Amino acid sequence: MSSITALAAESHIPVVDPAAADGVFSLAWLVIVLPLAGAAILLLGGRRTNRWGHLLGTATVLGSFVIGLSMFVALLGRDADDRTVGRELFTWIEAGGFKVGMDLLIDPLSILFVLLITGVGSLIHVYSIGYMEHDDRRRRFFGHLNLFIAAMTMLVLAADYLGIFLGWEGVGLASYLLIGFWQHKPSAAAAAKKAFVINRVGDIGMSLAIMLIFVTFGTTAFAGVSAAASGADESTMNVIGLLLLLGACGKSAQVPLQAWLLDAMEGPTPVSALIHAATMVTAGVYLVTRSNFIFENAPIAQTTVVVVAVVTLLWGAIIGCAKDDIKKVLAGSTMSQIGYMMLGAGLGVAGYAFAIFHLITHGFFKANMFLGAGSVMHAMDDDVDMRHYGALQKAIPVTFLTFAMGYLAIIGFPGFSGFWSKDKIIEVAFTQNIFVGLCALIGAGVTAFYMTRLMLMTFFTPDADGNGRWEPGVHPHESPKVMTVPLIVLAALSVLGGFLLVSNWIVDWLAPVVGEHHHEDPPLPALAMTAIVVLVVAVGVALAWFTIGRTEVPRTAPTDVNALTRAARNDLYGDAINDTLVVNPGRQTVAGLIAFDTAVIDGAVEGQAAGMGGLAGVFRRVQNGFVRTYALSVLAGAVLVVLVLLAVNL
Amino acid sequence: MSTEPYIILSAILFTIGCVGVLVRRNAIVVFMCVELMLNASNLALVTFAKANGNLDGQIAAFFVMVVAAAEVVVGLAIIMTIFRTRRSASVDDASLLKY
Repeated sequence: MSSITALAAESHIPVVDPAAADGVFSLAWLVIVLPLAGAAILLLGGRRTNRWGHLLGTATVLGSFVIGLSMFVALLGRDADDRTVGRELFTWIEAGGFKVGMDLLIDPLSILFVLLITGVGSLIHVYSIGYMEHDDRRRRFFGHLNLFIAAMTMLVLAADYLGIFLGWEGVGLASYLLIGFWQHKPSAAAAAKKAFVINRVGDIGMSLAIMLIFVTFGTTAFAGVSAAASGADESTMNVIGLLLLLGACGKSAQVPLQAWLLDAMEGPTPVSALIHAATMVTAGVYLVTRSNFIFENAPIAQTTVVVVAVVTLLWGAIIGCAKDDIKKVLAGSTMSQIGYMMLGAGLGVAGYAFAIFHLITHGFFKANMFLGAGSVMHAMDDDVDMRHYGALQKAIPVTFLTFAMGYLAIIGFPGFSGFWSKDKIIEVAFTQNIFVGLCALIGAGVTAFYMTRLMLMTFFTPDADGNGRWEPGVHPHESPKVMTVPLIVLAALSVLGGFLLVSNWIVDWLAPVVGEHHHEDPPLPALAMTAIVVLVVAVGVALAWFTIGRTEVPRTAPTDVNALTRAARNDLYGDAINDTLVVNPGRQTVAGLIAFDTAVIDGAVEGQAAGMGGLAGVFRRVQNGFVRTYALSVLAGAVLVVLVLLAVNL
Repeated sequence: MSTEPYIILSAILFTIGCVGVLVRRNAIVVFMCVELMLNASNLALVTFAKANGNLDGQIAAFFVMVVAAAEVVVGLAIIMTIFRTRRSASVDDASLLKY
């Protein structure tokens, strides 16, 4: 990885130096406050908001999107050097020399996130109107969705690590509420708890990082930290970077804190789309990209980001290959794709822009596919087992077509959005380190395999009579317009997302935030690289076609499978690893502490009391009720007093 | 006047009373022995008052007599009650009030 460290030294990292907000930027706070107010009204308003709650919830997010869009347009109209705007709202915390303002930062990076979050978020809200129509707690669902959006926009708009942390915790809370939305199911309640607890581990890293940043720089604002970062001690920066990475791993479901993501599928499908596409898991990538001034000065932390990313992108992809639950395949794929983004972010200045580019295209196609999966489940009476699907392309044509766009985008079919973004990350990875590049390349092939498997098992592979493997009594039907229209919009975005790369627009756009990279020649010409990637993808697709597409898919999962498949079905034993390394030692420690508490601490207190009791039992025998004994003891006392007096006087 | 014989007599009476309290079981006898001890101390007080030439000891003796009279009233009443309920005046029998 020495090339990565070398790169950090020669690249120029911009300092965050916001200009005062004017015009539309002074409304930036509304982006956060609108959904927050929506959440407050829906959650506090109670049943009287049932009738129009979902409409209000959608309207607030749409309002945020409109404000975000107008800020984006205003930024477009400014010079490249003038696109960082700060909006100071009020002093949040003031204690002695420690002062934190509730300040917002609108720059090319945060505005892209705002657009993604509120844009895709709006579509998911619209979709949810249809998806949750028969749920009698729909209003509450929209309240939680709004809270999620508010927390996430807070996270990306904050101009201060403490502000990020506020949004960070809000996202954690909202995800907990939404994953466990169907809390009457014990599995959903457990999944929500699991997500919350694992995120808490990441939050420890995040909070320690913030404390260390304050100790080192005397401030937690981006402006102050970025200005002083290059002069800071490298080992301190490494520690800060690693702690931030721990936080990012928790939110972005990177190894080793990945175990919650698959269980999080217990939530309603729009929640999965929201968590996986627009919010939550992108927070880690945002944090690493936003903290570029730290990571560029922390070579060890940056290398660790790359290692974590490579492990995760393969880990998620392998899990995706073996799952039969359509949502879990998509969850594995999210984990893997976030791995690509982290890889991009870990590659430094050369990769930040592409990480964000992939994040945006992924936001489009993954939201598209998750909502598509929700539409498939809607058609199949909430069955999630792909072995019960098959031959659905005629039954639900709109869902099929939109899903296909997302599919082509994620495997990187030439021309689709995912092709441009993933190809760029692989290319940069090869430029920096051949091994990392190879892993990313293999990941692309595996992605093509499992996504083709999902497509084939869901929409194709009819049996001999041309029918699907549907459960008896299931009659697939297309979803209502309110669900298909968001799908169509997202499908269009999945196809066209690549336009962001036209004449390197996104790289130039993000340059004021993440710095400019002096282009290095890749080991192979770019066109050859692209050809190799496409070839590997084609191999993955072909492999899926020959193993699944040409054979009859059994209705129950075969049990005589090899060890790798078994491991992948068990999430590569992620839970077992957690149990062995953390949960069981934790339980044993607690059991030991309880035993110590019972035996030693309680033992000392109770032993003392018992000793006193025993002694009292002996001494109370003196009170035997015989008057003459008392008289004798009085006499003895009197004699004693006399003797003492005599002794003293003598 | 020598006070020694009076003090010796007082000590003898006190010792008799003391031994009587410790060894006798009959409540009336125990009671009488207590009176004996009180009066032995009265004798010593009066003797010392005479020897010192003031009335302090005699006044103290009067106080002891008053207390002894009051005690007799209460004590005999208790003994009577115990005797009526238990048909016995033995102090060892009345040993219920204990641990």
